[in-house]
Order: sequence, then structure tokens, then C-alpha cells
Amino acid sequence: MPHISVQNLTLRYGAREALRHVTLDIPDGRITAIIGPSGCGKTTLLKSLNRLTDLNEEVSADGAVLIDGENIFDPAADVLALRKKLGYLSQRPFPLPMSIYDNITYGPRIHAMKRLTSLTRLGDFIKQHEVPGFDVDAALRAAAGQKHGARDLLVEFYLRLASLWDEVRDRLHTPASRLSIGQQQRLALARTLAVEPEAILADEPTSALDPISAKLIETQFQALKKNYSIIVVTHILRQARRIADYVVFLYLGELIEHGPAAEFFADPKDPRTRAYISGEIS
Amino acid sequence: MQRRKLEETVVKGLMIASLGLIVLFLAGIIFVIVLRGARALTWQMIFQTPHGGYYLGQGGGVANAIVGSLYLTGGASVVSLLLALPIAFALQREYASRSFARFTRLALDVLWGMPSIVYGAFGFVIMVWLGLRASLLGGIIALSLLMLPIMTRAMEEIIDMIPRELKEISYSLGATRLETTLAVVLRQALPGVVTAAMLAFGRGIGDAASILFTAGYTDYVPRSLFDPAASLPLAVFFQIGTPIPEVQERAYASALILLLIVLAVNLLSRLLSLRFSRNTIR
Repeated sequence: MPHISVQNLTLRYGAREALRHVTLDIPDGRITAIIGPSGCGKTTLLKSLNRLTDLNEEVSADGAVLIDGENIFDPAADVLALRKKLGYLSQRPFPLPMSIYDNITYGPRIHAMKRLTSLTRLGDFIKQHEVPGFDVDAALRAAAGQKHGARDLLVEFYLRLASLWDEVRDRLHTPASRLSIGQQQRLALARTLAVEPEAILADEPTSALDPISAKLIETQFQALKKNYSIIVVTHILRQARRIADYVVFLYLGELIEHGPAAEFFADPKDPRTRAYISGEIS
Repeated sequence: MQRRKLEETVVKGLMIASLGLIVLFLAGIIFVIVLRGARALTWQMIFQTPHGGYYLGQGGGVANAIVGSLYLTGGASVVSLLLALPIAFALQREYASRSFARFTRLALDVLWGMPSIVYGAFGFVIMVWLGLRASLLGGIIALSLLMLPIMTRAMEEIIDMIPRELKEISYSLGATRLETTLAVVLRQALPGVVTAAMLAFGRGIGDAASILFTAGYTDYVPRSLFDPAASLPLAVFFQIGTPIPEVQERAYASALILLLIVLAVNLLSRLLSLRFSRNTIR
């Protein structure tokens, strides 16, 4: 798992400062929730971690984000490798305009990942994960004789990991856009995991979902934090209480307070944090 | 209150009236052309080139013009498509600055509105400069000039409508701009690309002025790029100008053939468009 450390980060869109002097260490192997009112810089902070902020015009950043000690804003930094390392889940799930199957293989294909073709590589990797009800050895044996055995198994594994497999196993080659929005978000999770990230950045991943789908995603996160650091932006306080191990509170582009969830909610230090938690500001 | 309801009724009435007017025009055009041309529309018209004395009412047909038109417009469509698609891709924000894109759009809009005789004149200059005489190649060059801005602008409009978040997904998986453009943008825009190509084809095949002195006219089917080529719009023009009623009738039959070709291409593009929109995200 990579260690993410934000150091005195100021990020501007044109002349407007979206983040001001944020310094923060993100705990590894935990779910970190970034909370705060709308427009306070939550998403900007999240997207600056894998430089998705670059896609906006006139973005400039001061300070540094160190990932495993390397500054990602260094001109020599490899942005493509960075984005592969820090997977991203968007607010509204967008399937890519292709089949369910191709949505999963898109990432591994562009990175020409060995496990797309090598069953041994894939098997070793799969065994590091626990997927309930998935007999890895039997699946590997079955895949051995197939033409695209490794690729098919890779798709199955990630769909199982996102608990979508049982719902789509019979229509893998149909357009992903026909899935329900909750299924689309789980597909997005599987697609993100398929490039083998080391951390997951999620931007209000349940805000477009119905309560049942939202619950499924939350459960997924709880299971995934064994293998990944997860950073979730949310404006739902109750969600942060439910899932977060660590909480970061932003207000108007500034980092107000951060700490372990229990401590943060039980004994907020700053008056603005107290006002936000008690619902005086939202 | 009464007045506002009256306004509502009047405006609605105006809308229906203008819709009726458009339908009436379309029906009128088809009615006149079919009425005056259907009798002369024989297999001979379609499959034979003009015999001696054709323009005085003797036997033969306009196969030279049908084939010529298809060669000219088909060729120009291929040339335009090969140029328009890269230009439209290059106008995306990832590649072009906002001001550059705006300027290019303005230039394309001006070109779109340019009278086609100007393209003919310009194409003629290019031909002379290249040492060509009136030929299929010359016509293709002039027609491409006419069709390129239409195709580019229509495609660019479609590509610009693709949700940013969709591209963001591709980037977040570590894809490059080119990978994103080819795998995501092209797939999503494909139905619109087909429609844009069809729109330009329709404009091109019906245009007489741009090929008047660049493609020339001949009673034979062109055998090489350097032979002159006949075309349906000019066939209509030459035949309608004679005082002989039978030949005038053939002019309308030629127009009917032109109409049917445009209709067929339109239907084909609809079908293709539908086929390609299977995977697109709405």
C-alpha cells in the first residue's frame, strides 16, 4: 500500500484558491472520509491525489503530494503510473461505451498487464484475495484449456470481487449501459480494481445510488480495506460515521481538523467542526 | 389570465402551421418530381449511357451521371472523412486551447456558409496549378473542399457533447489522450460520426456549382481519376434546359434518381447509426 502525504498543498483554478495550505498524512489500509460542506474543496483534494485535476483548465498547484516519498507534481512524475496506482471511483458511475466484459479488460489492456494472458500470474494474484464462494483452484483448472482462459477468469474474478458476477454472468458481452445504476457503480469498482491499484479514491460513490446499492458499496469498502487504502469523499455525515476509520474535515478550502473517526466525532476541537457535526452548518 | 392562455394557443397554432408548411414543401417537391419524372424513369435511364442524339430525345440513359456522381461524392466523402475525423478529435480540450478551438470553429462556420461556386473556382485554380484538366480528381478535390467543413463541424459538435466524466474515467484508469480518444471518444461518437458523414454526402451529391468546371461533363463513365466525370445535378441542368418535352421529362427522372440515392444513403446511415449506438452511454 502506498503512503500518501499531502504537504502544504495550495491548488488554484485560475485565480480562485480551491485548497489552501493543506497538510495531511493519510493512514494506510484504512477508510479515510473527507467531509465538509459543498464547494469546500473535498473533490479537489481527492482528485489532486491522482492529478485528475489536470483535466481542468488553468489549474496550478503549490506544495507537494508525496506518494511513497515521490512528489506527484514533479514535472518528471509519471502521471499514467500514478493513476494506475490510485484507482478512482466517480460520483455518477459511467460505464465505458462497450460491453461489460470490455469494461473490465480496458484497463489491463492499456497497461498490457501480464495477467491478461498468463494464468500463473493471475492465479498467484487471485489467491491473495478472499472472495466468498469462489473456488480459485477449480476456476484455474477450468480456465487452463480455454483460448482466453486468463482473460475470462480475470473478468470473473473482478466481477466477483465487486459482487456483481452473479447478476451479469450470462450477459458479459452485452452493453454495460444497460445495467442499473447500482450495478454500474459496482462495475466501475470492478473496472477500477482490475488495473491493480494500491489505493482507491472515491468521490461520493453512493450519492447517485438507491439505499440498497449504496449499502452494497459500503460493504465492499469494508471488505476491501484489507488490501487497499480507501479515501472517500462524502457529504453524508452518517455515512462517514458508518464507514470511516479516519476523518478529514475541510471548510472553504482549508483543512480544519482531522483525526481517527471515534475521536473526531466524540470530541471535535474546532468550533466549525462542532457546528458541522451538530448540523448548524451543512 | 385569459390573455396568457390566448398567447399560448396562438403560439402553439403558429408552431403547428410552420410544421405543416415544412411537410407541405417536402411533399410538394416529391410530388412534382415524381409526377413529371416517373414516366421517363426506365431501366434504360438507369443502366445505359447516352446514345447519339440522346439530348434530342433519342435512346440511352444517365448511367454516366449516376456513376460519375457516386464516384465524385464517394471519393470526396473518403477524403473528407480522413481529414475531418482527426481535425474534430484535435479540437477537444485535451489537445487544443480554448481560443484555438473557437477560432477553428469560426473558420469552419464561414467555410460552411461559402457559396459552392467559390469552391469550384478555387478548385479550378488548384487544378490549373497541378496541371490537371476537368477530371474526376479535380471534382473530388473541389467537392472535398465543400464537404470538409460540414463534416468536421458536425463531428466536432458531437464529440464536444461527450460528457467530460466519461473521458475522466478513461484517464483515471491511466489511459493516454490517444487511447481515450480512440477507445472511448470514437466509440461514443460513432453514431454521430456516421450522421455527419451522411449530412456532408447529401450536400456533396446535390452540388452542381463546385464540379461545374472541375469535373466537367462527359457521356462516358470515367475509367480513371484523370477522365472527366458526369454528375446528376449537371445532368438535370443540361436536360431541363432543352426545349424538347421528352428530354425535360428525363431531367425530372434524373432528379428523382438523385432523390432516391440521397434517401437510400440516409436510410443506410440511420441503420448504421442505430447499430453503432448499441454500446453508447446516454
